[in-house]
Amino acid sequence: MITNFILRALDGKITLTVAILLVVAALVPALNLLTTPDSALHIPTYAMSLMGKYLCYALLALALDLVWGYCGILSLGHGAFFALGGYAMGMYLMRQIGSRGVYGNPELPDFMVFLNWKELPWFWYGFDWFPFAMLMVLVVPGLLAFVFGWFAFRSRVNGVYLSIITQAMTYALMLAFFRNDMGFGGNNGLTDFKDILGFPVQADGTRAVLFAMSAIMLSLCLLVASAITHSKFGKVLVGVRDAESRVRFLGFRVENIKLFTFVVSAMFAGIAGALFVPQVGIINPGEFAPANSIEVVVWTAVGGRGTLIGPIIGAILVNAGKSFFTGAFPEIWLFALGGLFIAVTLFLPKGIVGTIRQGWTSRKTLRAAADQEKGRGTALLPQAAE
Amino acid sequence: MTTIAETRTKSLLYLDNVSVSFDGFKALNALSFVVEPGELRAIIGPNGAGKTTMMDIITGKTRPDTGAVLFEDSVDLTKKDEADISQLGIGRKFQKPTVFESHTVWDNLELALNRKRGVFATLFYTLTPEDQKRIEEILTTIRLTHRRGELAANLSHGQKQWLEIGMLLAQEPKLLLVDEPVAGMTDAETAETAILLKEIAKTRSVVVVEHDMGFIRDLGVKVTCLAEGSVLAEGSIDFVSSDPKVIENYLGR
Repeated sequence: MITNFILRALDGKITLTVAILLVVAALVPALNLLTTPDSALHIPTYAMSLMGKYLCYALLALALDLVWGYCGILSLGHGAFFALGGYAMGMYLMRQIGSRGVYGNPELPDFMVFLNWKELPWFWYGFDWFPFAMLMVLVVPGLLAFVFGWFAFRSRVNGVYLSIITQAMTYALMLAFFRNDMGFGGNNGLTDFKDILGFPVQADGTRAVLFAMSAIMLSLCLLVASAITHSKFGKVLVGVRDAESRVRFLGFRVENIKLFTFVVSAMFAGIAGALFVPQVGIINPGEFAPANSIEVVVWTAVGGRGTLIGPIIGAILVNAGKSFFTGAFPEIWLFALGGLFIAVTLFLPKGIVGTIRQGWTSRKTLRAAADQEKGRGTALLPQAAE
Repeated sequence: MTTIAETRTKSLLYLDNVSVSFDGFKALNALSFVVEPGELRAIIGPNGAGKTTMMDIITGKTRPDTGAVLFEDSVDLTKKDEADISQLGIGRKFQKPTVFESHTVWDNLELALNRKRGVFATLFYTLTPEDQKRIEEILTTIRLTHRRGELAANLSHGQKQWLEIGMLLAQEPKLLLVDEPVAGMTDAETAETAILLKEIAKTRSVVVVEHDMGFIRDLGVKVTCLAEGSVLAEGSIDFVSSDPKVIENYLGR
């Protein structure tokens, strides 16, 4: 039963993508650590961290694809789950600073000393212990998604209304996290990290491991998503997307199906956020900004929703484009992004991967039709007649 | 499997004095209606007579303002939602064929198959030989064996209607509600559908809403005529169609 569930995940394209990701996970750190800066093959640390960031975004887009591409829930608030995962990791990193902060307080992070707080708030307890923090990376976004989804899906909020309340959710969280008395560093967020599991965050070796972890976690989540979408449950998901009432009248509990998928997706987003934070060195309430969540939708749409691999490609391409444009022509980046989204909606409604796949199937159909034609030709001969 | 005649219940579906109104419009007005086990029943009536609303109430999509809706004399359907009611054994075919267009014919039936429907049961489901046999049987019944691997989107209108009926069969319901199954079908398809429904009605109760009088004559069953949310006449097709009230309200002079 379980083996079947896992084996189903390994369809050809998924296996290939996972293989590529694992090669990248080994190769990029190797080229960073084992070559000298003057070598032609050398990958500088900043470039590796940049690529690591893209992989985190790719995981976030994959998370969105699971709910949007397969279940038809257009979440405009996935950035919230990403940010919460990021904050959980950030809290761990803050606790690792210890007495090396500006104020040298061994117990309290700098911003709390600055606010004249005397003791650590209860919700910071346990975050100095890595396994607990990692658990929270999954639990906090998962719990928010569960509570949110419980109410939204049970009261059958659908379509645009659901999108709007997800957007409102991330906006509300942004406002809350901006407040100093929330206890998460307010405006400035959490930053000035020193080390992770005892290794300095800035060191090349740590960066290399973080990069490799990003690629590995992306592969793992891709496999989980693939196992889900290839199971009967995945078929029900697509059913919910295409004909929700039919699924309901067949006796399925649509609200549970949506809730499960939403929670899994939120956890993926949380993992992405947790890997993102040590690589960029900061997490602040800006990550909750509604525009961020909308950008994720653009990446997913560009790559091709409902394809799993598409969003990964979309996120990497769009972000690489963003890095290039904001460096070369900073003033036109937003126009380029807007133009890209319009172009994709008009000319590639299925996204890059969706369009390629469609071309592939129609070529296969054509070839099959041609074969049949030939078959009929031979069937006219008396000995071939069946 | 026990035949329906052996079960003890007197009525399979029992609606008593059911009323519902939308924004002041009385869609159903003190409707009372009984379906017996094993019965094939046709419902006719002009547009706005409340046929679809009645189905909505039976399947839990709409709650009645007043009245009782009982399944097998004991289960109060007004307290249940669509998924519960479907699991109790009431299947519904919509007016517009509603199948999963981006799934194959086979997958459509696999999803409809009467198996555990929980999240984890479906995540770890593997097709068993018996399930496979059952799907193949249904494919034969609905005459779609040769198109099993085709996407449902590529089926003709009539085939989609049949596929949806097949999905209902896969659910193993005790009661099948079928809303205008032959709308948009060719004459040949209509005749086939009448045969198909009669076949299905051998093992379960079926309620068919239809406008096509020729089709209802083909079925040759008890007919209920609804108008303005209540029952106007009930009986054989000849009896109902000669009723002056029915002629005035529905058939026209």
